[in-house]
Amino acid sequence: MVTRREFLKYTGAAAGTAALVASGAEASTGKTHLDPERIGVLADLTLCIGCRRCEWGCAEQNKLPHGTLQSYDDQAVLKEMRRPDETRFTVINRYPAPAWREQPLDVKVQCLHCEKPACVSACIVGALEKNPKGPVTYDAWKCIGCRYCMVACPFQIPAYEYDNALTPKVMKCTLCSERTLKEGKLPACVEICPREALVYGKREQLLELAHERIAQHPDRYHPEVMGEHTVGGTSWLLLGDRPATEYGIPELPDQSPAILTETIQHGVFRGFTGPLMIFSLLSVLMKSSTDKRKPGQGDSHGDNRDGEDHHG
Amino acid sequence: MANPQSVHADVVMQRVDGAAKPAAKHAAAHHERPAPLFGRAAVPFFTPGVIVIAALAGAGLLVLAARLFFGLGAVTNLDNQYPWGIWIGIDVATGVALAAGGFTTAFVAHILNNERYHVLVRPALLTAMLGYTFVALGVCVDLGRYYNIWHVLMPQMWQGNSALFEVGMCVCCYLTVLYLEFMPIVCERFRGNVNLPGLLAGLNKPLETLLRLLDNTLGATMNFFIIMGVVLSCAHQSSLGTLMVIAPSKLHPLWHTAILPLQFLLSAFAVGLSMVVFESLLASRSLKREPEMSVLSPLARLIPFLLTIYFGAKVVDMANRGTFEYLQTFSLRSVSWCVEVIVGILVPIGILLSHRLRRKAGWLFSAAAMVVFGVALNRFNVFIIGYTPPYGTKPYIPAWTEVLLTVGFIALLVLIYRLFIFLFPILPDEEGAKHA
Repeated sequence: MVTRREFLKYTGAAAGTAALVASGAEASTGKTHLDPERIGVLADLTLCIGCRRCEWGCAEQNKLPHGTLQSYDDQAVLKEMRRPDETRFTVINRYPAPAWREQPLDVKVQCLHCEKPACVSACIVGALEKNPKGPVTYDAWKCIGCRYCMVACPFQIPAYEYDNALTPKVMKCTLCSERTLKEGKLPACVEICPREALVYGKREQLLELAHERIAQHPDRYHPEVMGEHTVGGTSWLLLGDRPATEYGIPELPDQSPAILTETIQHGVFRGFTGPLMIFSLLSVLMKSSTDKRKPGQGDSHGDNRDGEDHHG
Repeated sequence: MANPQSVHADVVMQRVDGAAKPAAKHAAAHHERPAPLFGRAAVPFFTPGVIVIAALAGAGLLVLAARLFFGLGAVTNLDNQYPWGIWIGIDVATGVALAAGGFTTAFVAHILNNERYHVLVRPALLTAMLGYTFVALGVCVDLGRYYNIWHVLMPQMWQGNSALFEVGMCVCCYLTVLYLEFMPIVCERFRGNVNLPGLLAGLNKPLETLLRLLDNTLGATMNFFIIMGVVLSCAHQSSLGTLMVIAPSKLHPLWHTAILPLQFLLSAFAVGLSMVVFESLLASRSLKREPEMSVLSPLARLIPFLLTIYFGAKVVDMANRGTFEYLQTFSLRSVSWCVEVIVGILVPIGILLSHRLRRKAGWLFSAAAMVVFGVALNRFNVFIIGYTPPYGTKPYIPAWTEVLLTVGFIALLVLIYRLFIFLFPILPDEEGAKHA
């Protein structure tokens, strides 16, 4: 049975542990303060001609399996809808031309590098991180391979090396963070694009550029920039001739899915008030039920006066 | 400070006292001290059924070997559309739910201190301990880099935003608590009769001291661990529901809701008690013992109330979100929802509300089995059937090797459970009672 002293002792111990855990959690969860100068890429899909050079450049840069640059001239693959996977971080999909325009819409698909990424929020060990400068990066050394990031991603981007028995990795576009942030180069796909359909730069400026283009050619562009608001915004910004949902982007709200789960998690566990309250409640319940069932038994009544009075 | 050797021993003593009183109406069997079954059971350890189970366990271990040598891709149908399959949906999510008997029994028997139910504590504790051990094993098998599992415990890698982190930490702590709660049973079995042969004989004394020390320390602190176990269980049972909240665009609206954690917790309460009833009746059958109806029927009285609250949380939430319309179309998902609710909630509520049916072993067993099935199906729906990836091209159907590993692990669990009740004092000593 729980005596008062014991009860206090337990509660104290639990509170100590809680404080310890909470401080650790706080340190590791502090909101990523995004750099106002953070980078991004503007993809003007109406300029893309589906040459697939970006696919080759990406594979080359990331040491993924690939053939010669010429082998990427094959346009037949554009007929089927492909997805990025563990062997390719980006693909081009072709959507038929609308009635009012001659050109089909070629859409480059890769990780959009969310501003508030669900994968980062989900990751159990912080292997996925949102770099304040933009890219969502992956540290294979930390990863335990739970694949919760894949469940969480609303764009179904992270892929997994299921056939690697020992050291499988989560595979996705890195926004060439090694090249861009450390060496000051352009991402491989941006560098190789012959049409300048891809523009690398500060996200704020890219947004301005996107809205300028829309204002100048309202007939050419759909008025919304995909990635400005969707799921809290993304580092990649897409300009298309039609709504994003018509070129393969799922219908999604403007709030990151991570907000709801983090609110629930932190609401329940903030300062461990919830668990501590349950603990205290159960302790009291256990004590009172024990006292009730065993009147006059044991010598615990000495330091148990409060409880006794309570139950009269 | 009054200090029983352990809560369990304390309880048992009271039982024996109770049985001695002429007023005690229940069969003496329920009041006997738990004892290991070896040499006392009406059946041998190995029966044809047990041999089949052992074979299944062996087959499951072969799949485990294949997974370790050839990777997840070789033995699962997981892909980039469906990153989680039955190893997460059944072995982990359902496993955690069905192991809820441990904390629900601890609550009614120890925290509410309802003596009648003390006899159920040890079997429920054993189930929870083995259940959670297999949940942890199931997670490890599914992890791509299982050898990194210790990262979860490293403060520099703690990720408090992740619901999975919360589940992982809680399960880890709870598993420790369960092992500690089980230790007094091990002490009771071996304390005073540690007798290792030959060269190991020198260890007898230190082991004896260790057991005494453990027993006394745990006896003094057990209440803390019992309460801790309930708190940790509430925390991770609900966080398991939070897991899928992060995928609102992928989890079907029939199941996706912000109160999924609450629903998971409420269903865990109901299924925990049902599982205790289900298992107890199953064990009585298998061991050719009298079903413990005098304890199970009153316990089962609580289940319909818990189910009603769970049902309420489900339908009010759906009415709120206006998602009943999804039931108007005939699909795998709508059918699965209906089965989950009708077979798993409504029918058992009906059966268990009847005083007459509750006292019949067959009806009680059916109702408990339905609740277990219903909650298991709920977890399966949330993690597998209701998961609708935006670019899904082909549905996920588990590979036969995935199924075999899951079945094998369950078989292994049953086998170890049987071994433990034969080796350790878990079930009341029916045989001893007869001879007394």
